[in-house]
Amino acid sequence: MLIRRTERFKASEITDEKLYLNRREFIAGGGAALALAACDVADGAAPPAGAPLKAARNDGVSVKEVPTKLESATTYNNFYEFGVNKDDPAREAHRLKTRPWTVAVEGLVHKPKTYDIDELIRAFPLEERVYVLRCVEAWSMVIPWIGFPLGAVLKQVEPTSQAKFVEFTTLLDPVQFPGQKPGFFGGGLEWPYVEGLRLDEALHPLTLLTVGMYGQVLPNQNGAPVRIVVPWKYGFKSAKSIVRIRLVSEQPKTAWEKAAPQEYGFYSNVNPTVSHPRWSQATERRIGEFRRRPTLMFNGYADQVASLYSGLDLKKHY
Amino acid sequence: MGRRGRLVLKIFAWAVCLAPLAALAWWIGRALWLHTDDLGANPISFITNHLGDWTFRLLLASLAMTPLRIVFGWGWPLLLRRLLGLFAFTYAVLHFSVWILVDHFFNWGQMAEDVVKRPYITVGMLALLTLIPLALTSTTGMIKRLGARRWTRLHRLVYLTGVLAALHFLWLAKVGRTDQYIYVAVLAALLGVRVVEWARRLVRRAGKIPHPRPATPP
Repeated sequence: MLIRRTERFKASEITDEKLYLNRREFIAGGGAALALAACDVADGAAPPAGAPLKAARNDGVSVKEVPTKLESATTYNNFYEFGVNKDDPAREAHRLKTRPWTVAVEGLVHKPKTYDIDELIRAFPLEERVYVLRCVEAWSMVIPWIGFPLGAVLKQVEPTSQAKFVEFTTLLDPVQFPGQKPGFFGGGLEWPYVEGLRLDEALHPLTLLTVGMYGQVLPNQNGAPVRIVVPWKYGFKSAKSIVRIRLVSEQPKTAWEKAAPQEYGFYSNVNPTVSHPRWSQATERRIGEFRRRPTLMFNGYADQVASLYSGLDLKKHY
Repeated sequence: MGRRGRLVLKIFAWAVCLAPLAALAWWIGRALWLHTDDLGANPISFITNHLGDWTFRLLLASLAMTPLRIVFGWGWPLLLRRLLGLFAFTYAVLHFSVWILVDHFFNWGQMAEDVVKRPYITVGMLALLTLIPLALTSTTGMIKRLGARRWTRLHRLVYLTGVLAALHFLWLAKVGRTDQYIYVAVLAALLGVRVVEWARRLVRRAGKIPHPRPATPP
């Protein structure tokens, strides 16, 4: 008798051992049980922290600097959803469940679409870009991000002629994001975190929809599973853990503008000549370096983006 | 309290005041030689904050000694007042030195701009300045030379130091942070005890002095 010994399943279809060992937790993980029947298991599970993510470096847009230590980039974070201290995000990051996860791209578009995160990651070719991240608190890091231009997604949904701005919304869930629980003193930010860009800024080829860094999937404390990176603006403009991208006709009111309008404007372009009430922006400390270094106009990306702002008073539109 | 008790108290206070400095030296040493990350990704910011936090804590501790005497009638806290005040001054000087020498590395232009333009730095600077005359007149010799009355009056300046330090902290704290309110509440309580005591004394004194024109009975 002839026994057929063809492969009955591909290696990619075999459940990961870690996932198998944690199967009860996985099934208990809300909604996942339903998803099991519908889709392939490996896709529905969050990749383990530090899982490799390969992408070729785009040298044309990458700075020629040695990246900041990965450990610094993952332990010194401003991500208020996890807490206001720099070390809160690394400590609380495990609470965030990045699967299942969808990103709705909607609003003033002809073809609104809700992307499953794994579908989104595969939808466009990934590339690595080494950008300088400049925080409004006058420190900076050099980070090799992995993603693709946000414009690629926006073009796919076809913005209507009324669309002038893009609004990004971060996940709202005080269980996963303990920083969103109402505080004793009140105040703080209004949740969910909302950020925004002008449509031409969002379509700029430097604006990166980001799903990884340092050759790995994006760590939770850095905005997993998907964030944007806008390298010529202060870090808080780069919304993290995005669930909705909405095209709108009016300039969105951003979280920081709502919290402290005299300190944070809509544009928030890196600008050494316009100081924040509490920090001069003339210099910055590169994490890992001793001396401060001068801050560059548009964080060093003036050649590429200055034309976006011709005729705009950058002192008034800070 | 006997001599032995006083000695134990002083040794204990010295240990408490030096511990944050010793911890800092330990972390810096480990970071430099063993490349540990005890100081985090931004060591200069960490060191500045550590020294600033302890300046304010010790300042509050020194301001707590008189209220302890007022409320509980204890005498021993007054033995520690000068020690705590001088340590607060020491931490303030270190906090400020790190800002000049390490953070800005003698970039006088930017520092001058910061002092003028950033209110939290302006008041922080003023707080340090108010501590200088207090530190200079802290010796027993200076108390004698000034006379207790004038010395006491001068050293009320520390209340202003407390208020300036509180403003410094309130104005530098970013949106969402809350620990600064705890410090402010403690300061308010410590100054509040003095105000109450001052009012009570005023009332008591008024009671002793016969009223110049007694109310006419109906």
